[in-house]
Amino acid sequence: MKNIKIALIGNPNCGKSSLFNALTGLRQKVGNFAGITVDKKTGYLQLSRELNAHVIDLPGTYSLYPRRIDEFITFDVLLNPDNPSHPDVVVIVADASNLKRNLLFCSQIIDLKIPSIIALNMVDVARKNGLAIDTLQLAVDLGVKVIHINAREGKGIHDLKRAIQTAIPVPERYFVEVKPLCPEVINGIKDITGVKSDYTAFQIACHYINIFCFNVEQKGKIKQLLERHQFPMAKLQGEEILKRYEKINPILERCTSQDQSKQQALDTTAKIDRILLHPVYGYLIFLLIFYLVFQAIFSWAAYPMDAIGAGFSWMQEALNKNLPQNLVTNLLVEGVLAGIGGIIVFIPQIMLLFGFISILEDTGYMTRVSFLMDRLMRKVGMSGKSTLPLVSGLACAVPAIMSTRGIENWKDRIITIMVTPLMSCSARLPVYALLISFIVPDERLFGIMNLKGLVMLGLYLLGWAMSLLVALVMKWIIKAKEKSYYLMELPIYRRPRWGNVGITMVEKAKVFVMDAGKVIITISIILWFLASFGPGTAFTDIERKYADLQPAGHATKTETEDIIKSEKLGASFAGRIGHFIEPAIRPLGFDWKIGIALITSFAAREVFVGTMSTIYSVGSTADSDFEAIRDRMRKEIDPITKKPVYSAATSFSLMIFFAFAMQCMSTVSVVRRETKSWKWPLIQMAYMTGLAYAASLLVYQLFK
Amino acid sequence: MKQPHSVVPLGKLRAGETAVIVDLEKGDLTLKLMEMGLLPGEKIFVDMVAPLGDPISIKIGNYLLSLRKEEANAVLVRR
Repeated sequence: MKNIKIALIGNPNCGKSSLFNALTGLRQKVGNFAGITVDKKTGYLQLSRELNAHVIDLPGTYSLYPRRIDEFITFDVLLNPDNPSHPDVVVIVADASNLKRNLLFCSQIIDLKIPSIIALNMVDVARKNGLAIDTLQLAVDLGVKVIHINAREGKGIHDLKRAIQTAIPVPERYFVEVKPLCPEVINGIKDITGVKSDYTAFQIACHYINIFCFNVEQKGKIKQLLERHQFPMAKLQGEEILKRYEKINPILERCTSQDQSKQQALDTTAKIDRILLHPVYGYLIFLLIFYLVFQAIFSWAAYPMDAIGAGFSWMQEALNKNLPQNLVTNLLVEGVLAGIGGIIVFIPQIMLLFGFISILEDTGYMTRVSFLMDRLMRKVGMSGKSTLPLVSGLACAVPAIMSTRGIENWKDRIITIMVTPLMSCSARLPVYALLISFIVPDERLFGIMNLKGLVMLGLYLLGWAMSLLVALVMKWIIKAKEKSYYLMELPIYRRPRWGNVGITMVEKAKVFVMDAGKVIITISIILWFLASFGPGTAFTDIERKYADLQPAGHATKTETEDIIKSEKLGASFAGRIGHFIEPAIRPLGFDWKIGIALITSFAAREVFVGTMSTIYSVGSTADSDFEAIRDRMRKEIDPITKKPVYSAATSFSLMIFFAFAMQCMSTVSVVRRETKSWKWPLIQMAYMTGLAYAASLLVYQLFK
Repeated sequence: MKQPHSVVPLGKLRAGETAVIVDLEKGDLTLKLMEMGLLPGEKIFVDMVAPLGDPISIKIGNYLLSLRKEEANAVLVRR
C-alpha cells in the first residue's frame, strides 16, 4: 500500500471546499497549523487498492504573493520540502467563469515545478455567461493536465481521481521565464539552497526572511547576495505579474470564445444586488436575516439545550442514587459530568449558527453584509465581517467567537473577539430577571410598556454601546501586524450546498468539543473542588452539629439537608474566598454570599441563580422555585447596616457587574482556542473584570 | 462641462460609469490590485457604491470586485 499527499489549492470562491468534501466526505479532520489560527483541513481518500491519499485543503489565495498569515501557510507548504504537508501532487482548482485571474495563480504553481493537475470547475457558470472553453488547447498551452469537474454536483470527480492515480509529471517548461529578470540572484540562490526551479529561487529571494527554515548561514548568504545585486523586489514582482498576464491573454484568445450578448449569471447577480444592496430594502433584508439567525440561536436552540440539561440532571440523579456515596462518585457526578454537560449544551447553538453561516457564505450573501456594513464597523476598528459575530454574541459569545475565523485581518479579528462577550448573551437573562424584580415594580408605563422589559432593553443597549466603545479604544491601543485591506470578490449568487452545510455543522461541533472542552472540564473540576471542600474539619463539624440536632425534629429532613448544604457552601474554600474578597466588593454593595456566587458563576453566568438558592437554602433550582429564591433574598438583612441586602443600589450594581464581567469559563476557553495563547483571554478577563468593578462601584456609590 | 477624457482616481467615479485603467500608483497594495486583475488597459464598470458611500463594487473581466475607495484611489482611470 502506497501513501501520497495531495494538496488542493486555488482562489477563494473557486469551489475548492466543495471538491474537498466531494473527495473525502466525512473522513476529514480540522486541526490547526502549528502555532497559528489557520484551520488545517485534512482528509483521507482511497484512490485504489494500492494507493491511499491524504488530502490537504489549503487556504484560498489569489496568488503566490503572501501578505496574510493564511497565504503564508499555502506558500510554505508548497515551497518548503521539509513542511510535513508538502504535497506529492498539487490539484489546482480553477474557476472557469473567472479564468484570467485564476490562470495567474495556476501559472505560478506550474513554475514551482511540483507535479500539478488543474481541476477546472464552474464550467456551467462560464457557459451561462456565454463563455466556451477549449480544454484540450488549454492543457497544451499550460503544459499540465486539465480535468473538467463540477464540484457542486460531484461530476468529474471520478476522472480526477483516475488522473491522480497515473503518475503526474513535473511540468516540463516554465510558463514564464523569470531568470532574465535577475539571473545572478536566481543562480546564486539555487547554489545556496539547492532548489531546482528558477521560479522557486525567485520566490525565495522575495520571502526568505519570513518562512524558510534555512539555517542562519544560508540566510546570511542570501541576504548578502540580495544586497550585492540590490535586488529590487517590488519592481520585479510587478514585472513578473505583467509577464504572466501578457502570456495569459493570447492563451485566453486561443482557448475561449465569449458570446458578449450572454452574461446571464452575472446579470442575474447584478439584478439581485439592486435589491439586496438597496439603501432601504437592503438593510431591511439584512435586519430580517440577522434577526432570523439570532432567533435560531436564542430561541430554537433552547429546546435541545433544555433537553440536554434535563438529560444530564437525570444522569446525575441516577448516578447519585445507584453509586456508593463517596468522593469518587461526587467528583464524577458534580465535577466531571457537570463539566461535560456544560460543553455539550453549547452544541445546538454552535451547529445552528454555523449552519446559517455556511448558507450565507455559500449563497454569496456574507460578502454583501460586509459591503453594507464595512464603513460603519471600520469607524470602531472592526470590519464588515465583524457584524455577524457581534449579533451572534447577543445569544452566546462561544459560537460567536468561533465565527470570527472569517475575518482575515488579524487586528480586526482580535478586536471583534475582545468585545463580543460584552454583548448581552442569553446566560445573563436569568440573572437579570432575578435582579430586576428587586428594583422595578411590576408596573406598566403609560399602560402599555412593561417597566421590567424597558430595563432589560436598557441592559442590552448598554452591552452594545460598551462593546463599540471598547472597540474604539482598542483600535488605538492594539498595534496592527499587517495593513488592513478590504479588496474582495463579490461572488455570484448560488444555491447553498446542503451537504457542505451539514459537514460544516458537524466539524465545528467537533472542533469545539475537542479543543475547548479540555479547559472547560478542568475549570469545572476546580470549581467543584472549591465548592465541595473546606479547610480542616469545617465540613465534619457541620455534619456533627446537625446529626445531634436531628432527633429534636423541629424541621423536616429536606429542610435540614438544605440548611446543611448552605452551611457547607459557606464553610467551603469558595465560601472562604467569598469572605476573603468581601472587603474588596463591599464598595460595590456586595456581601460575602454574593462573593461566593460570583466565584461559582464563573462556570456560567446562570449558575448565579442556583448558587443563590443553595446559599439561602431554598432547595433545588427548578423553575417553580424561582419566586422562592427571590422572596428569600428580599428578606435578607445586612447584619451591619440593618437594611435589606438587595436594595435597589446593590441589585443595580450587581446587574451592571454581570453586564460587563467575563464570568464565563467557556468563553475564556474558546478565546484561548481561537487566539492560540493565554495572553488574549487573560487580557480580556482583566479588562472586563476591571470595567465591571469600576462601573458597579460608580453605580452603587451614586444610588446608595 | 467636465473634461470627458481626464485621468482620475477610480474612487472618484460614480455608479454606472465605465472607464479604462491607465496606471496603478506604486504602493503597498499594487501587487494585490494587479493579481485581482486590475491592469493598465483593462476596462472597468462601476457597478455600485455601497449605501453608506464606501466601499464600491466594480465589474472587471467576468467578475465583481469590491474595494474601499481608499484602495480604489490607487487605480488611475480614464473615463
